Amino acid sequence: MAERQVERAPQTSGDDIWSKCPGCREIAFRKEVERNLNVCPKCGYHFRLTVSQRLSITVDRGSWHEMLEDLAVGDPLEFVDSKPYPLRIAQARAQNGRNDAVVVGLAKIEERPLALAVMDFEFMGGSMGVVVGEKLARLFDIATRKRLPTVIFSASGGARMQEGMLSLMQMAKVSAAIARLRDARLPYIAVLCDPTSGGVAASFAMLGDLNIAEPGALIAFAGRRVIEQTTNQQLPDDFQRAEFLLAHGMLDAIVPRHQMRFTLARLLAMLSRKRAAARTGNGRRPRK
Amino acid sequence: MKGNLNGKRARVTAPSGERGAVSNGAPAPTAIERVRLARNPARPQALDYFDLLLRDYFEIHGDRRFGDDGAIVGGLAYFGGRAVAVVGQQRGHTTAERIKRNFGSPKPDGYRKAARIFELAERFGLPLLTFIDTQGADPGVGAEERGQIEAIAANLELMSRLTIPIVACVIGEGESGGAIALGVANRVLMQDNACYSVITPEGCAAILWRVANEENVARAASVLKLAAHDLLKLGVIDEIVPEPQGGAHTAPAESAHLLGAAIARNLDPLLKLRPAQLRRDRERKLAAMGAAFIRKTDVESPGPIE
Repeated sequence: MAERQVERAPQTSGDDIWSKCPGCREIAFRKEVERNLNVCPKCGYHFRLTVSQRLSITVDRGSWHEMLEDLAVGDPLEFVDSKPYPLRIAQARAQNGRNDAVVVGLAKIEERPLALAVMDFEFMGGSMGVVVGEKLARLFDIATRKRLPTVIFSASGGARMQEGMLSLMQMAKVSAAIARLRDARLPYIAVLCDPTSGGVAASFAMLGDLNIAEPGALIAFAGRRVIEQTTNQQLPDDFQRAEFLLAHGMLDAIVPRHQMRFTLARLLAMLSRKRAAARTGNGRRPRK
Repeated sequence: MKGNLNGKRARVTAPSGERGAVSNGAPAPTAIERVRLARNPARPQALDYFDLLLRDYFEIHGDRRFGDDGAIVGGLAYFGGRAVAVVGQQRGHTTAERIKRNFGSPKPDGYRKAARIFELAERFGLPLLTFIDTQGADPGVGAEERGQIEAIAANLELMSRLTIPIVACVIGEGESGGAIALGVANRVLMQDNACYSVITPEGCAAILWRVANEENVARAASVLKLAAHDLLKLGVIDEIVPEPQGGAHTAPAESAHLLGAAIARNLDPLLKLRPAQLRRDRERKLAAMGAAFIRKTDVESPGPIE
């Protein structure tokens, strides 16, 4: 499932003054697209965002405090394909300056504190290995302890093949941490971005109290090609897109990027009423 | 063996000529040889072990939402005089059964049937035994439409929070998210020739080397570390269950006896734990998963925004 059949990211980064929209095939000024939160001004196509772009349009200025950024993976399987896994990791790290495929931390949205994770599709296809699993599980536990709501922006090809079964087990590890947050009656909002698939889609990305997606995001368990080959079926164009999942009852809402920050603030406000905190499970008072 | 509950099920017998790989005195099988042993159509499957290990098995059908998925079987039974709940993937022995069971690849309806049995077990305090044997969840249009991702995710969370003893047994091939959706347990046992992997060797080979030919698939099986002795070292499983010489299919009754003894030995200490301890025990186990391979670096992350 790892990195399977996920197309390379059409991004607006690069030196070109112009960018061609994959949605409407129109040419637009790159600056204009960027000013528009990397949404095509003509057709509304949502380009993929880097972690920095996502953070800068989502959280209150100066409120982001990254945590656990020093965690890095060894080589549990001593995995070698065309090159050894540690080399692959080192190259990914050199390219984007981070240790693995997710950043986690504390931030504020509209002055409302929250625990936040943003997955990095540029780092080995956003694949989940032990570091991604550990950081997310610990983020949920920190949120539970500090009584904070949690938001995850997911973008991933799935479990990381190079870490074998250990990466698959991270699906369970993160899900167990979500169960603890839920028992403490703290909200978790999952935001599914393009693309979210495989083991990430089949675990924390679908476990939000609310699951919302960006328009057009690919959200899938199996790859489209695999399904076409095994079923010999012609698949509709919107198959496995956010709109398709919404129509089949698998998402709560599709929220355009321009409304995401405000929507999150609104939802977190509605879900963090004092009453909810007072009713925390098993009769104990919530710890500060 | 008890009366056959499923008329179409084949007799579990050993075809001659399959013994080669692990016959007396031979070296331990390679990874790809184990994959072949795990896939041997005569290898005992979940329903065979239900027959051989359980008494009074009552099968529970359907997810009360959409349908009854043949790839997941389960219900209530007695194991060693104790009422338990059981759930497993069933691949099928004959062509007819394999089609009926979708080759052991569950759809969302199967995982939701499993969830219903988990909740039943929780409500009545029954220990839960799961039997993992699938190449993965069904990659089909209907499965995507009905929320394969949601069904698997929900099972992972549900299993993590149960307050009953859970013992999972990997009895054949356990691959991808479709396998782990039955695998969140206090104790994970694995038969010696079973495989447990993030992806099938064929899928891995196709991604890494473009072509899933015989040589690449064998290489993939080896690099994935899908064999029981590898996974014991990595801390993914707790115990290797020995198989009869030549593989589980050569002597199903003996194989079931060995598996049953291992389940009983692992279940016993869990029965002494209180409900909250059982959940905590499982959570601690998950928290440790892979943690030994994480190190701290002094690489500073670039402060992404001002």
